[in-house]
Amino acid sequence: MASISPSIAVEAAVPGVAEIRSNVVRRRRWDIVFAVVGFLATSVGVVTLLALFVDLVMDGYHRLTPDFFLSFPSRRAAEAGILSAWVGTCLVMMVTAAIGVPLAVSAGIYLEEYAPRNWLTTLIEINVSNLAAVPSIVYGLLALGLFVYALGFGQSILSAGLTLALMIMPVVVVATREAVRAVPHTIREAAYAVGATRWQVTRDHVLPYSIPGIATGVIIGLARAIGETAPLITIGALTFIAYLPDPPISTTPPFVRFDWLWSGFTVLPIQMFNWVSRPGTAFHANAAAAGIVIVVLTLVMNGFAIYLRYRLRKRITW
Amino acid sequence: MSAVATSVPIATQSVNADPKVKSRIRGLNFFYGHLQALKNIDMDIYEHAVTALIGPSGCGKSTLLRCFNRMHDLKPDTRYEGEIRLYPDDVNIVSSDIDPIEVRMRISMVFQKPNPFPKSIYENVAYGLRVRGVKARSELDGRVEAALRGAALWDEVKDRLEEPGTALSGGQQQRLCIARALATDPEIVLFDEPTSALDPIATASIEDLIISMAGSVTILIVTHNMQQAARVSSYTAFMYLGELVEYGPTTELFTRPRQQRTSDYLTGRFG
Repeated sequence: MASISPSIAVEAAVPGVAEIRSNVVRRRRWDIVFAVVGFLATSVGVVTLLALFVDLVMDGYHRLTPDFFLSFPSRRAAEAGILSAWVGTCLVMMVTAAIGVPLAVSAGIYLEEYAPRNWLTTLIEINVSNLAAVPSIVYGLLALGLFVYALGFGQSILSAGLTLALMIMPVVVVATREAVRAVPHTIREAAYAVGATRWQVTRDHVLPYSIPGIATGVIIGLARAIGETAPLITIGALTFIAYLPDPPISTTPPFVRFDWLWSGFTVLPIQMFNWVSRPGTAFHANAAAAGIVIVVLTLVMNGFAIYLRYRLRKRITW
Repeated sequence: MSAVATSVPIATQSVNADPKVKSRIRGLNFFYGHLQALKNIDMDIYEHAVTALIGPSGCGKSTLLRCFNRMHDLKPDTRYEGEIRLYPDDVNIVSSDIDPIEVRMRISMVFQKPNPFPKSIYENVAYGLRVRGVKARSELDGRVEAALRGAALWDEVKDRLEEPGTALSGGQQQRLCIARALATDPEIVLFDEPTSALDPIATASIEDLIISMAGSVTILIVTHNMQQAARVSSYTAFMYLGELVEYGPTTELFTRPRQQRTSDYLTGRFG
């Protein structure tokens, strides 16, 4: 091997370099400026939420006793609780999830996997996106006319659940479509190539692999529905309720009962709204306590959505 | 024309003296919307042999391959004209009277990039049987093992059939996909540039596998690699701009191409 002895020429100062350095420093400045602006912008949201939550906790913390969760509302602030409200919220959410999720997931999968690309599909797609932006009170008006009067469901848990199911549908449809679209086309081809039908491809591959995304959308949709007040007031939710609906399960066959669907109801945000609008700081403390419950519930649900997505995505690699 | 000066080694796969036709393409046209991608293709595919489709990008070789299992039907606005007749029962598999699922149950496919399902190795191989309604564990077990042996993967995975198929190496994943394509006892297996995402060692093992499979199944392979076509195939078709330019035994096509365009392509003047 021939040996090479290279020579290196070193000079103290090269004319262009100083200019390059000052140029870099000048342009770097804007990096820093944007980083600061961006950080402040992000902080606004987080700090506001934190301030709000701290305020709620300071006002309502002392009311968060077991009794608060186990008492009906009362004319005496100190004895009032959120039993009927949280039970109502749970039952309404059950209806919302049971009706809204299958409808929205089916619709999302249909639009992605089955629907032909034509003007009708496009029209439906635009409408679904627009529905997400419709004010919730409008859903309330629709539900009042349709569920409460036309279909005769009355001012019941069923009507409330259906109303919120309609409301979360666009969110879940969009989440479903995005999740379905994220399944690589090569996976579908692989399944079709061994002779699978469209339904088999959907059932065995597309749906299972998009569950993380769909679940996230469902939980975020439900978390939004939990805080809804306006449409439920519109359909006639009660603000003072001192009884519980019949339990959905019983000890005698057939063990599942549906009487509760027709029961009157209240939900947490309406209970909170009711207490806020009363004079007297004692009730305001109750409102703050109910607020804490709602915020914690929402945060827990969102956190669970993130956890679920993380856990399930880890198992699916392409 | 005399032998072309080319770096391509002479084909190693022999030609059966009395070949049986497995499939006969006659007057095949294919359209993506208004764009005609295949123009009046006539070609016979011989049983239990490897037939390679070569040609520059966009020449229609993958399009032709995908006609064989009606993959185009998954896309809207595609149209077949003419015939691909499949023997021995002499059906036109691109006819609109024939359900594409029926065709895919007889002709399976291995894709460019390994695309195992994010399921266990076992379920990957068994899927084609499951969609047909095979439920008996004993039958599934036997056919999964046979397919994995056929794909030269059994010894490497027999102790971890429940592990995800996606955890295998690239070459193993592609052999898993070959096992999946073999599990349903297809009459023809289509390969669409099966080694283009693999390293040279994995490529060699896939090529060996294709050669060994040819005794029992008819193989059509698209490749952009002329050496690969020469190594694995008995017959080669050269396609250009949607037309079949030249088709014949691989040895003849590589050593004595009859068409100027074929020899230009083989010598690297274009493509």
